[in-house]
Amino acid sequence: MRIPQTLALMLTSALLISACSSPVKLDDKAAVEDRTGSATGQGADARSVGTINATRSNLDPLNDPQGVLAKRSIYFDLDSYTVKDEFKPVLEAHARYLNANKSRQIVIQGNTDERGGREYNLALGQKRAEAVRRAMALLGVQESQMEAVSFGKEKPKALGSDEAAWAENRRADIAY
Amino acid sequence: MIKKLLVRAVTVASLLTATVSHAQLRVEIAGVGAQQIPIAVAGFADESIAPQQISSIIKADLERSGMFKVMDAGVISEATPVNYGDWKSRGAEALVVGSVQRLADGRFDVRYRLLDTVKSTQLSALALAAQPQFTRVSGHKIADDIYEKLVGVRGSFATRVAYVTKVGNEYRLEVADADGEGINVALRSNEPIISPAWSPDGTKVAYVSFENKKPVVYVQNLVTRQRTVVANFKGSNSAPSWSPDGSRIAIALARNGLTQVYTVNADGSNLQRLTNTDGIDTEPQFSADGQYIYFTSDRSGGPQIYRMPANGGNAQRITFHGSYNISPRISPDGKTLAYISRRDGRFQLYVLDLTNNQELRLSDTTKDESPSFSPNGKYIMYATESGGRRGTLAVVSVDGRVKQRVTTQAGDIREPNWGPFMK
Repeated sequence: MRIPQTLALMLTSALLISACSSPVKLDDKAAVEDRTGSATGQGADARSVGTINATRSNLDPLNDPQGVLAKRSIYFDLDSYTVKDEFKPVLEAHARYLNANKSRQIVIQGNTDERGGREYNLALGQKRAEAVRRAMALLGVQESQMEAVSFGKEKPKALGSDEAAWAENRRADIAY
Repeated sequence: MIKKLLVRAVTVASLLTATVSHAQLRVEIAGVGAQQIPIAVAGFADESIAPQQISSIIKADLERSGMFKVMDAGVISEATPVNYGDWKSRGAEALVVGSVQRLADGRFDVRYRLLDTVKSTQLSALALAAQPQFTRVSGHKIADDIYEKLVGVRGSFATRVAYVTKVGNEYRLEVADADGEGINVALRSNEPIISPAWSPDGTKVAYVSFENKKPVVYVQNLVTRQRTVVANFKGSNSAPSWSPDGSRIAIALARNGLTQVYTVNADGSNLQRLTNTDGIDTEPQFSADGQYIYFTSDRSGGPQIYRMPANGGNAQRITFHGSYNISPRISPDGKTLAYISRRDGRFQLYVLDLTNNQELRLSDTTKDESPSFSPNGKYIMYATESGGRRGTLAVVSVDGRVKQRVTTQAGDIREPNWGPFMK
């Protein structure tokens, strides 16, 4: 008889059962003591079977609308090209994911509001994308996993000429 | 179908409406030059046999320039001897007569004479034989000749312009004659197109297309439809400007983080970096003599216009008025810089005389973009919004006196680039 395997199974069951907050408490000590005693254990306990759940979740964290990775946009103040503290958690979440999934790549898309020339705004949008890219690189994400591009003022999310629309468009998006 | 351009007489302050029955691009004229030359244009003998009415094209071109007061002169056959005194007393300083004949090979032979009624002499004569589809071009070439003989500068009526229109979710790069006729679509896309730039020989256009979900610079041969990717480096690629000999293209790349100025061969090979600053350097523009590149840089804090040797090197700051100056365009003679300046939140077209540093504001609208000189340097076309309408093109003479507005009924028109002189 392979005692260590039985012991392992009983220990695992014990842990699992206790993790499942079952009213039945199994005592580790009791299991150890069993080892020195008879190999068949004590009556009813020796016939109990604990379940191990090996099922993996099929949900890619990227597709979870409630997950931390659902947030893909970083907003900027007027004339600003640095990532505000309130968006650091968003970057950290994506950096963690990218560091754990080296085959994943992102394009960071920078945008501006509608005011100003097209080419200069393309360069300003690039500055926003680049700020996000640099912050992610500092968190360990590889160069090869990221590309920073700009849409300038060409693809506004909010159509309007008021402060609300302008604020919505001063934005960098992370696209997988 | 003969397209007629109707013109009503006006005073300097009011709007002259020119309606084009073709109904795609509409040109309105406001304002005239300091001195208008009174010129009588006669209907050309037999001109109705050609697909387009030559004298109408000539009259419309001369009117649009703002430099002429065009008078009707009935039809005058070439055989009729000209009574100079009669025309002079009617107030015309010049008279245009001509004829149209069909040749055996199907081409139309257009002949014209330009007469000076004051000196009682002939100033010019031309004979142009062309295929029927080039009838309009023949008319424009005659108007160019009249303009050159009387104003002293080569005319740009026979040129074309490229621009982008947005209709719903579709973007189109279009090419039209300078009078708005003869529109051809060069590119259709459901992603933005910006910064079209004609090659010096007028056969190709460089532009930035977002069809790959990032800005990429292409060169398209308008005749063969062949496209070359000129720049698709990591990051954004934009702002193409051709060297005067057509061999190199200056561009803005963000491949190393911040946007900087580079040049490449017209086929995309031989990348060279020209600027190396901590700011944004973009919108490079070769000077007409190929010696310099003007560009926008915010190395001093806000965007200003600089100039550096065409192979790179120390940049010299050019603009000092205002805190935001972008979109430099240099006139063909190198003496005038056109640009967009933001003052009090208004984005307006300005010109700077580089010989004496005098600045002149050329527009009264507030969202001007993308200026482009005519190849004779007399006019600037630019994009703007006026009267609450989205996206119109406007033309203004460099002295600010002559103004035109070009609108399209469908959609939004922007990013004009005036094409070169062609044979």
